Amino acid sequence: MSNQNTTATIDLEVYRYRPEIESEPTYDTFTVPLRSDWVILDALNYIKDELDGSLSYRWSCQMGVCGSCGMMANGEPTLTCASFLKDFAPGPIRVEPLANFPVARDLIISMDDFMEKLNRVHPWLVTDEEKPLEEGEYLQTPEQVDDYKQYSMCINCLLCYSACPIYGLEPSFIGPAVIALAQRYNLDSRDEGSQERMDILSTDDGLWQCTFVGECSEVCPKNVDPAGAIQRYKVASTKDWWKSKLMPWSNGK
Amino acid sequence: MEQREMSYGRYQKNRPMLYHTRYPILWWVKKWAYVRFILRELTSVAVAFYVVVLLFYVNSVSQGPDSFAAFNEWLRSPLSVGLHGIAIVAVLYHSITWFNLAPKALVIRVGKKSIPGRVILITHYAMWAIVSTGLYWLITTT
Amino acid sequence: MQQQSSKHIGKRSNEPFWWALFGAGGMIAALCIPVLLFMTGLAIPLGWIDAPRYESMFTLLNNPLSRLAILAIVSLSAFHWAHRFRFTLYDGLHLKHLNAPVAFFCYGCAILFSAYAAFSLYSF
Repeated sequence: MSNQNTTATIDLEVYRYRPEIESEPTYDTFTVPLRSDWVILDALNYIKDELDGSLSYRWSCQMGVCGSCGMMANGEPTLTCASFLKDFAPGPIRVEPLANFPVARDLIISMDDFMEKLNRVHPWLVTDEEKPLEEGEYLQTPEQVDDYKQYSMCINCLLCYSACPIYGLEPSFIGPAVIALAQRYNLDSRDEGSQERMDILSTDDGLWQCTFVGECSEVCPKNVDPAGAIQRYKVASTKDWWKSKLMPWSNGK
Repeated sequence: MEQREMSYGRYQKNRPMLYHTRYPILWWVKKWAYVRFILRELTSVAVAFYVVVLLFYVNSVSQGPDSFAAFNEWLRSPLSVGLHGIAIVAVLYHSITWFNLAPKALVIRVGKKSIPGRVILITHYAMWAIVSTGLYWLITTT
Repeated sequence: MQQQSSKHIGKRSNEPFWWALFGAGGMIAALCIPVLLFMTGLAIPLGWIDAPRYESMFTLLNNPLSRLAILAIVSLSAFHWAHRFRFTLYDGLHLKHLNAPVAFFCYGCAILFSAYAAFSLYSF
């Protein structure tokens, strides 16, 4: 091993919830080596390998593209594969499951609510008629790609839901990532589904619960800027509402 | 880790028993960003306070020079100056946060590109400067 | 392939109406209120600026355009307050379950205030 200081350590206070033995969550403290190139995920893997094999958590790519390893570190939602231990030194680091979600076990949350909401906005290309193969592929200019590219970066890590106090207060809120992903398709030149998504999002538990706290964009690891997407969508939805009131005959889909 | 006996009987194997954390009543004191958010929202109270005062001010003019003088007397009171002192900070915070957030909501296309956020921001501040100067001039030179 | 019909089309919210008023009120308040508040509430009472004479104030405000402008400022600002305060009560005091009474109170105050402003400015 290279000249790393193996005697430096840092403590992790890890949230534990084992429904088969306790009805309330507890915290276990583990001491892990403080290696300069280790992230919190490395520390959790060390704990599972060396200290307590029963620790349960989600992870996959270790490089910030899969969105699996989202957890709270000292109260801030973060990707644990991207948070270096040395940034938290001397510690301790409090590692908890993502806020605003029900906890299934230890650091694992239930994503069912998000999956249901995501499905609601039809996050796929909607066309009135499928273009036959003979006509070739859909063409897009670089400018057309730029229109929606930022919103396509979403990795469904749910950090924005953890940061959003509205989602915490009112779980029926459809949430930042879903609206950003709806926008990704609305702004895609190949898509024709904006009207149906408008109907779904313009309900009372759609985007109108948002009060532009803005924390969702602050914590997003991929710079999707869901807050910006939502405000733009509010403007679009308002224009659509006024059009439907002032020109009700043009309500065609 | 030593085996622990099941201390209560409700958990069933392979059936997740989800734990729901209650959202704290004072959620907004936990993060500095949330505090700033609540302060930003509360600036609307200062806005409401001032437009009520403004309406009374205008009414006092319509009711004659005596009532105008009396209202101005109240405006000089420590209570009024104190409230206005707090309110000016609040409405300035409202204006600054409002203009800073405007580029997020206003995406205006010109041809193929959209107007950069910086331009929208500067335009708003320029409008603020123009309107403020105009109102100042209007009140002091009539 | 037929377009899939969405099973979750709920009732379209009427929020856009209030939000539009909130936006207009916020913009007009942001532009006009700081300088007006500074002048009438601080600079003139504290003597930093000479107090305007009654006659000049009367002439300025007698003009129907001024009164229309003032109506726009006070009324839209009131609706800005109503919308924002309504959500602050929901989020800050967890009063979401009192949805209807809170909304009624906030927008009701704004409507009454605007009506009073319109009446008193009209009969200046």
